[in-house]
Amino acid sequence: MKPDDLLRPTDLGLYCEAGDFYVDPWRPVPRAVVTHAHADHACWGCGRYLTSAEGAGVLQIRMGRDAVVDALPYGESITIGGVRVSLHPAGHILGSSQVRLEHRGEVWAVSGDYKVEPDATCTPFEPVRCDVFVTESTFGLPIYRWPSQQAVFDEINAWWRANRDAGKASLLLGYALGKSQRLQSALDPEIGPIYTHGAVEKLNRAYRDGGVALPPTAYAGAAVKGKSWAGAMIVAPPSAHGTPWARKFAPLSTGIASGWMTIRGTRRRKALDRGFVLSDHVDWPGLMGSIEATGASRVLVTHGYTSVVVRHLREQGLEAEVLATRYEGEGDAQDRAEAEELEAEAAAEVQEAP
Amino acid sequence: MRDFARLYAALDETTRTGEKVEALTRYFEQAPPTDAAWAVYFLIGRKPKQVVPSKKLREWAAIEAGVPDWLFQESYDAVGDVAETVALLLPPSEESTDLPLADWVENRLLPLRGVEESAQRAALLDAWRSMDRPQRFVWNKLISGGFRVGVSQQLVTRALAKVGGIEPAVVAHRLMGDWEPDAGFINRLLAPDAADADHSRPYPFCLAHGIEGEPEALGPVEAWQAEWKWDGIRSQLIRRAGDTFLWSRGEELVTDRYPELGTLGAFLPDGTAIDGEILPYRDGLPLPFAQLQRRIGRKSVGKTILAEVPVVLIAYDLLEFDGRDLRAEPFQTRRTLLAALVERVDQPGRLILSPTVVADSWAGLAAAREESRSRQAEGLMLKRLDSPYHVGRKRGDWWKWKVDPFTVDAVLTAAQRGSGKRASLYTDYTFSVWDDDRRLIPFAKAYSGLTDAEIARVDAFIRRNMVEKFGPVRTVKPELVFELAFEGIQRSPRHKSGIAVRFPRILRWRQDKPAEQADTLESIRGMLPPSP
Repeated sequence: MKPDDLLRPTDLGLYCEAGDFYVDPWRPVPRAVVTHAHADHACWGCGRYLTSAEGAGVLQIRMGRDAVVDALPYGESITIGGVRVSLHPAGHILGSSQVRLEHRGEVWAVSGDYKVEPDATCTPFEPVRCDVFVTESTFGLPIYRWPSQQAVFDEINAWWRANRDAGKASLLLGYALGKSQRLQSALDPEIGPIYTHGAVEKLNRAYRDGGVALPPTAYAGAAVKGKSWAGAMIVAPPSAHGTPWARKFAPLSTGIASGWMTIRGTRRRKALDRGFVLSDHVDWPGLMGSIEATGASRVLVTHGYTSVVVRHLREQGLEAEVLATRYEGEGDAQDRAEAEELEAEAAAEVQEAP
Repeated sequence: MRDFARLYAALDETTRTGEKVEALTRYFEQAPPTDAAWAVYFLIGRKPKQVVPSKKLREWAAIEAGVPDWLFQESYDAVGDVAETVALLLPPSEESTDLPLADWVENRLLPLRGVEESAQRAALLDAWRSMDRPQRFVWNKLISGGFRVGVSQQLVTRALAKVGGIEPAVVAHRLMGDWEPDAGFINRLLAPDAADADHSRPYPFCLAHGIEGEPEALGPVEAWQAEWKWDGIRSQLIRRAGDTFLWSRGEELVTDRYPELGTLGAFLPDGTAIDGEILPYRDGLPLPFAQLQRRIGRKSVGKTILAEVPVVLIAYDLLEFDGRDLRAEPFQTRRTLLAALVERVDQPGRLILSPTVVADSWAGLAAAREESRSRQAEGLMLKRLDSPYHVGRKRGDWWKWKVDPFTVDAVLTAAQRGSGKRASLYTDYTFSVWDDDRRLIPFAKAYSGLTDAEIARVDAFIRRNMVEKFGPVRTVKPELVFELAFEGIQRSPRHKSGIAVRFPRILRWRQDKPAEQADTLESIRGMLPPSP
């Protein structure tokens, strides 16, 4: 990083001195610009939050009723200090944004988490032209290349149907905010009833309030005791795997939707019946395409395979460096450890650099 | 190839044996006989010699994918499997092949052996371009000689038995020995008639589990026979129709490698199968396993090695006599016949009846077991006198009762990512102990023994405490101490520590011990047998 950089990492988060605010801080700060409501990007207890109009509802649920949340429609700009700030869709979850900062003629864009393929539950990603692009790199290896989501959705529905025909329930695991709604939007309600884990149901409400069409769902906890779950689909966060809560649906087949399911070893280690390759993050071709589309001459790489992406970009003739943050990427509970460690690896490499 | 790739995916996806058997059965029911034969061949772990070296596979794939070497390596580190990494990196394909498995193997894979590199490469690119991702993966597995899938021979046997409507034991027997994967083989494999012609074929080995808890739980000691558990090569010596066959437990025909046992066959009557252990043996005493290792893998054995490491067959059991399958007879009966046979053959320099260890109580046997190490044995084998000779590893009638292993507290000093199921986690550890100058000297590598939760914590520690990189190996701040166990210990000039240990594994994580309190090389040297 350079001394006059518009954003620099501090103990509290990425700090913009010119505007005296933070982007996705990891500790409470007076003023936070937040890309989206996932826990590793939206920190509890800040004085004021600025986020997209599309995402304000979800953020309010996550940050608590007393949090002060200012909403800014995509594409509109405000000035904080001397810095012009606008938010642009990132296609990651409902209301997710890239933050565009303009100061003294230089433009920065902070991607937060993003995904290129459009889906039914949020505004699609739009590349932002900029000089400096701060990008995530959760899946920054060329082995990560997503199949089309329609193919994956077809697989999921086929799996559900087969389970139903075998008299089993289907437990589908995906992150409570974002992934699970994306999954539900694609489930075929003709196959059977859809039930949800409490964490999922709560956010379903926020999605429906935000105008996202989801099939009818019912909170699984509200079902009568001794109910038969055969043929039902239950959508839950990954942390529900293997819990007594999940066992009550037996006989059941358990599947997870995650980008990490690309690798057989990861899939098998989790002792799940099915792994579906579906991520709300950008894959390798998407990452490289997006970076090119920004026209940025300098790329700062955060959370994920940072050193790999930096080296690759440098070989392509771009100025690139690792930006150490505390974001986690595809933070499914079981994947969290891995993502954290990748971050620690990156942080260690930054410290080694002269 | 499409159905076989689907079968692979189905087997890979589930951990339930019932579902695996079902997937196998479905496959065998509809596969053409030659495909089924090759599928059996690969599924039970046989493989043609590597046709294309993995190094070339990755090199050509990296070029085809437009990925530089270092990026291939990073990808491999995350995946932990060359065939899979290649399948994931190759440019996406719209193609998928309908050609049968047998056609791919016989007409495209096997002919590549010994062909010029440029032709191999062209054929490989051609194959990749005509396959979808799951097919490419399976193809890469076949071609790199590394085909493995999470299915045991037992499950394949069960599925085949179901398809053929015959006993699993018959299928298991027919899968032994030498056979060519062709349509005729599958027909013979599934044929209802049990009169089998191939006279070289060994029987499936009966294997034992380690004893759990105290031996008293096994009931009266009189119902059992105890023998020494030797550390050699389990094998079967077969004499039929004037020919001799020596099979190792890995189902390899090793008659030529142990000529002293091959010629022993001439002393046996036709229609004999002896289960025993090949043991290096000189001057009436067993030699350490390390000596036998000098002969394993050697195709031709010279006079020197024959003189330095002569072997004997310790006879455990008699599976066939006078052409009759004795496996259903009680062990006691088989043993009596075996003893008479060994005596009649009278080749004490080559064929030795496994000595029994006699005691009138379990305590007496426990005391005898303490002598195991000094006799070069690993402990005792307990066999129920009235037990049949089972197929495979069955619980209840045979038990291994090994002596307690050596243990050492050692410091974790380096680590490497695992492969397969453990890819992307640091699970392959190097352990060190203190030398006389208080330097840490590596002395053992171990891969297993921790729970998944412990592996995750150790992995996190390693990632935060890396010191240096040497290829895939990371040296780690010497902080964590583990109790290691191993079965044997030898002097070894090839190792920096001067010692080599057998079957090292992790017993537990000593979170109570700082690195300074780990064991010393001096204390490990104290475990060495006295110098010869």
